[in-house]
Amino acid sequence: MDFTDTQEEAAFRAEANAFLSQHLQPKKGAASRSGNYLQRAKDWQKIKAENRFAQITWPKEIGGRGGSPMQQVIWNQEESKFDAPTGPFAIGLGMCVPTVIAFGSDEHKQRYVQKALFGEEIWCQLFSEPAAGSDVAGLKTKAVQDGDDWVINGQKVWTSGAHYSDYGILLVRTDPDVPKHKGLTMFIVDMKQEGVDVRPIHQASGGSEFNEVYFTDVRIPDSDRLGEPGMGWKVALVTLMNERLAVGGSPGPDWAEIMDYARSSGSMSDAAFRAKLADWYVAAQGYKLTKFRTQTALSKGETPGPENSIGKVITANHLQDICNSAIEMQDHYGIISDKDHAPADAIFQESFLWAPGLRIAGGTDEILKNIIAERVLGLPQDVRVDKDKPFSAF
Amino acid sequence: MNFDFSDDQKFLRDEARKFLEAQCTSADVRAVLDDDAMSHNDEVWQKIVEMGWLGAAIPEEFGGLGLGMLELCVIAEELGRVLAPVPFGSSAYFFAEAIKLAGTEEQKAEFLPKVADGNIVGCLATTEGPGALTASSVQTVAKDGTLSGTKVPVTDGDIATHAAVLAKEGSGAGIYIVALDQDGVSRKALKTIEPTRSHAEIKFDGASATRLGDETGNGMTVLDQVMNRGAVLLAFEQLGGASRCLEMATEYAKERHAFGRPIGGNQAIKHKLADIYVKNEVARSNAYYGAWALSTDAAELPEAAAAARVAASEAFWFASKENIQTHGGMGFTWEVDCHLYYRRAKLLAVQAGSPAVWKEKLVSALEAKNAA
Ligand SMILES: Cc1cc2nc3c(=O)[nH]c(=O)nc-3n(C[C@H](O)[C@H](O)[C@H](O)COP(=O)(O)OP(=O)(O)OC[C@H]3O[C@@H](n4cnc5c(N)ncnc54)[C@H](O)[C@@H]3O)c2cc1C
Repeated sequence: MDFTDTQEEAAFRAEANAFLSQHLQPKKGAASRSGNYLQRAKDWQKIKAENRFAQITWPKEIGGRGGSPMQQVIWNQEESKFDAPTGPFAIGLGMCVPTVIAFGSDEHKQRYVQKALFGEEIWCQLFSEPAAGSDVAGLKTKAVQDGDDWVINGQKVWTSGAHYSDYGILLVRTDPDVPKHKGLTMFIVDMKQEGVDVRPIHQASGGSEFNEVYFTDVRIPDSDRLGEPGMGWKVALVTLMNERLAVGGSPGPDWAEIMDYARSSGSMSDAAFRAKLADWYVAAQGYKLTKFRTQTALSKGETPGPENSIGKVITANHLQDICNSAIEMQDHYGIISDKDHAPADAIFQESFLWAPGLRIAGGTDEILKNIIAERVLGLPQDVRVDKDKPFSAF
Repeated sequence: MNFDFSDDQKFLRDEARKFLEAQCTSADVRAVLDDDAMSHNDEVWQKIVEMGWLGAAIPEEFGGLGLGMLELCVIAEELGRVLAPVPFGSSAYFFAEAIKLAGTEEQKAEFLPKVADGNIVGCLATTEGPGALTASSVQTVAKDGTLSGTKVPVTDGDIATHAAVLAKEGSGAGIYIVALDQDGVSRKALKTIEPTRSHAEIKFDGASATRLGDETGNGMTVLDQVMNRGAVLLAFEQLGGASRCLEMATEYAKERHAFGRPIGGNQAIKHKLADIYVKNEVARSNAYYGAWALSTDAAELPEAAAAARVAASEAFWFASKENIQTHGGMGFTWEVDCHLYYRRAKLLAVQAGSPAVWKEKLVSALEAKNAA
């Protein structure tokens, strides 16, 4: 057992770090969203792609580095130490474009992959609908074939980044008369075209990172279909699998930040607080070390086991609890989220408001526990009364 | 990065598992449970002695196998899985580690080979009453090579041949090695919540004793280090037990039908088992880190040991109680093994300091680190 890199890993880490220090500032606390964040993100993405540090595991032919999963892990670790504006590309490069690569034609790959990789075009994921979130396959937005086109009508919701996205992957119902999983089809959609109406949603946290998207007689050429008609669920599963790998990083203040604050505020002498701090440390450390186990498996060329599925279940709740305690510790003053007053640049207050979303985005706690129970422990699936009946029967 | 056991260590684990599944069955554990006069399962014990596991982490020059702490961790997890009703931990994790850590060369030469070959069984005697152990709670006194006072409860106190005893000496404390078969020692077996591991009250009345090591007054410091080492090993036992509970509960949830389908199809059960899984993984990762710190004598050992212990205590407690719940009425019967794990989980959680004690140690270690 040791925590040292192999020679090649160390060399790559040094190379990554040198590159990062040349272009970015080290991160202090949470990543900064200041300035023109979107433009900064595009610029950074371009620099990464030009130097083959974007999408390390992608093959060289499509602009990746042809590197190993281990190198990707090392890159992520190093990049997270810097104030890197990566947010707007997480969904596109993490979930959407890989789906295009897996199911798209050669023309698709030539047209879309490079532009996304170099930060010129941003992608969003259009799955959820007002009546179909956890139950994605229950969606109703419909597509009807008309000559060489499909005509789309319906509504998507909670689409992160739709307001600045150029393209999206869109899951729609093409056949309502078969069971719900069998009547879906996936498309590439141009977000700037006529009939696509993006309306920002004002979030509980105050920001507007996600949107409603309305489709009114939007035409998509059949050539922009991903996978066969009716095979959309299979395509979507690839996206969702990537989604679960992508979420669950370190989303905000953790035990170290609240301990820093407690030391300055005198709360370290509170026995109840100390016991909670120990629990937070154990959970955060447990998650971090679990990733080390995954990394070890990757490093040996093995496929990591299901350990990763615990990530979001731990981190999202954990973040919410820590922020809750930090605010209570500040007593009445804790309500202040004004950075001029609030300790630690108001990171606890900001994350307090954001944490509920983290427990929902990318699969709720409940859905993730179902996944652990069914896929890891092999327990029976939930009852799905609509599984074998035509969707139109409901 | 190589945060995993080696292939050799995994091989040892597989062999140990096969051996224990055959040689230390539920019936062997229950033989101790059902017989008040039985302090441990001597047949199982003798077989374990023959395997040489007691000497896994004892250097070859002192009669051990000279493997290492990681190997001892691997064995501990397997012993925990089957609830081995033997004084292994007392002798190998606490007594032997105390001597390895603080003994003089003569003491190492005298005791370690005998611990390794099972000729002596050691135990650690610290507690004297309810609540966390502190320097001021120790009443047992060492003076002029003799020891007087009462230790209760002492894990394996009625099986052991020797004890490492925490006692006051002058204004400080020391750890003393005492042979338990002498006139100045009387022992009485205790009734406990976990009868498959024996506990005793030991009275010392002028018993002859030798100090561990040749430094006076450092008993609490040495004990702290011994506890850090033992904590990691106990965490592996706890992890073994917790993993077994999850397996039992999962198997049962797939078999038992209610309302026309397996109970494991219901989310209240599925999510409960998913929660056990998450806690167990957190415990496993923390235990591995403890093992790394232990095997490399890393400066991080205090926080690594404490985190391993806190995580493992929580995981085993949660897994053992929800395992009974998942088994329903069956789970509350004497015949089904669930309660054996429930009992063991609580014993291991308090045996070397309760979770509250270890949480406090953890936070103190983090504070010390942050101040430096
Ligand atoms: C910040 C944020 C960003 C998002 N970004 C995107 C995006 O970019 N693209 C996109 O397509 N979607 C996005 N979403 C949508 C997200 O995927 C859904 O909100 C999520 O899957 C939950 O669906 P829902 O909101 O419809 O909740 P519901 O499915 O209505 O769930 C409500 C409650 O019921 C529970 N529940 C539902 N089904 C079950 C079940 N079978 N068993 C037990 N409990 C159940 C849920 O756990 C939850 O507690 C985003 C959401 C958030 C919060």
